[in-house]
Amino acid sequence: MIHLTIEDRDGNRQDIEIPEGINLSLMEVLKASEYDILATCGGMGICATCHVQVLEAPNSLPPVNDTELDMLDTLPEAGPDSRLSCQLRVNEDMEGAIFKIKGESN
Amino acid sequence: MITTDICIIGAGPVGLFAVFEAGLLKMRCHLIDALPQVGGQLSEIYPQKPIYDIPGFPAINAQDLVNNLLDQINPFHPTFTLGERVEKLARQEDGSYLLTSNENTQIHCQVVVIAAGLGSFEPRKPAVERLEDFEGKGVAYMIKNPELFRDKRIVLAGGGDSALDWTLFLSEIAREVTLVHRGETFRGAPDSAEKVFTLAEQGRINLILNANVTALNGNGHLKEISVARKDKIVSSLDVDYFIPLFGLTPKLGPIADWNLAIDKSAIEVNTQDFSTNVERIYAIGDINTYPGKLKLILCGFHEAALMAQSAFKYVFPAQKLSFKYTTVNGIHAL
Ligand SMILES: Cc1cc2nc3c(=O)[nH]c(=O)nc-3n(C[C@H](O)[C@H](O)[C@H](O)COP(=O)(O)OP(=O)(O)OC[C@H]3O[C@@H](n4cnc5c(N)ncnc54)[C@H](O)[C@@H]3O)c2cc1C
Ligand code: FES
Repeated sequence: MIHLTIEDRDGNRQDIEIPEGINLSLMEVLKASEYDILATCGGMGICATCHVQVLEAPNSLPPVNDTELDMLDTLPEAGPDSRLSCQLRVNEDMEGAIFKIKGESN
Repeated sequence: MITTDICIIGAGPVGLFAVFEAGLLKMRCHLIDALPQVGGQLSEIYPQKPIYDIPGFPAINAQDLVNNLLDQINPFHPTFTLGERVEKLARQEDGSYLLTSNENTQIHCQVVVIAAGLGSFEPRKPAVERLEDFEGKGVAYMIKNPELFRDKRIVLAGGGDSALDWTLFLSEIAREVTLVHRGETFRGAPDSAEKVFTLAEQGRINLILNANVTALNGNGHLKEISVARKDKIVSSLDVDYFIPLFGLTPKLGPIADWNLAIDKSAIEVNTQDFSTNVERIYAIGDINTYPGKLKLILCGFHEAALMAQSAFKYVFPAQKLSFKYTTVNGIHAL
């Protein structure tokens, strides 16, 4: 199991467990856990509504790709620790990470 | 005032196709959209992506589909109001409707069709103190009339293509142009980024990198902005206009206040004809919801066809509608 902590827009934290080997993005996991995330483009990296902030990442996460950087650059509230959750595949490297939901709600 | 049979709110693919279905039944349509161009999500979010599930097109580029829809409805001469958002909807005594946009355009119609998709696309607003106080008084999110900025002092913010493009454009006509960007590299087109750096080197624009606009000040009209650099040093600039360009995001907006039955930002409809709980108002495409709803273009097209058959009775109360294929007499069948 991979353990993540998610902080919602109101600052509440919840731990979630994800089985290893599932081929889902963090955005899909968050949606499946019933977080209110727009994800307008369905994970194509072109809407930025799945924005998350990485509060802690014990292991390094995969580097930001070009599509992701392009999109993050259009977000006024993005910082150096911002990611698009649809561009992050959930895998063992994410163990122990804490993400804060930043994207717009429905 | 614009007078029409059907006013369609939203010129996305579904709103556009509704013109065709209404046109077959001799109903005239006026479309209004908050975006300056037609096409909805297809033109705004993914114009260059191929779509694979439009019947008859194994693959079609999103913008090509929009262009084809425009060709298809051209014979019905729809009229358009673009770049304006419908704000108010007022029922008239005879059952017809008067719609008013944010720029006070008025449209009188017998039937309202809401094809508003995800809502109207609105600018993403940065967290800047007193930003909303100065909207229309020095803060602009879109450049509709560049002449407004001639000989003025402008501060733009953002790092994408539109921030770069408008910086280049305004550098030709404004008195002073400053571009404030959070990072130190630009993700917009490399060619535009290079031009912006060159203009900055030549002293023709001010470029403030690794910085954010944090506060606005003025008395009635914007006069001054504060810019904070990464090293926390804050400086002030005298300005006439602040233009934050951080892209657009869809918002349900005024539709939420029209007494329609709404479930999770979508309008509930009767699947027989896609009518809403309010007489003469229909909702088609991504904006509606019903058991089994799929947010797909082809589903919206189907909904448009059924809507038109039902709307007919309000536009031509004295006539009886009989169904005909377009193959019988072409598109001017009735
Ligand atoms: C990245 C991406 C890929 C997609 N791929 C596919 C695909 O392959 N196949 C498929 O079938 N679907 C796809 N979709 C979904 C498809 O784009 C939508 O189903 C379709 O755009 C819905 O059309 P629409 O006309 O209902 O709404 P929209 O396209 O959302 O258009 C609605 C329009 O209404 C306007 N509007 C809203 N409120 C107001 C107001 N108050 N005043 C004025 N104007 C207003 C908006 O500005 C907008 O232009 C995709 C969507 C995305 C984001
Ligand atoms: S879902 Fe659209 S960018 Fe991630």
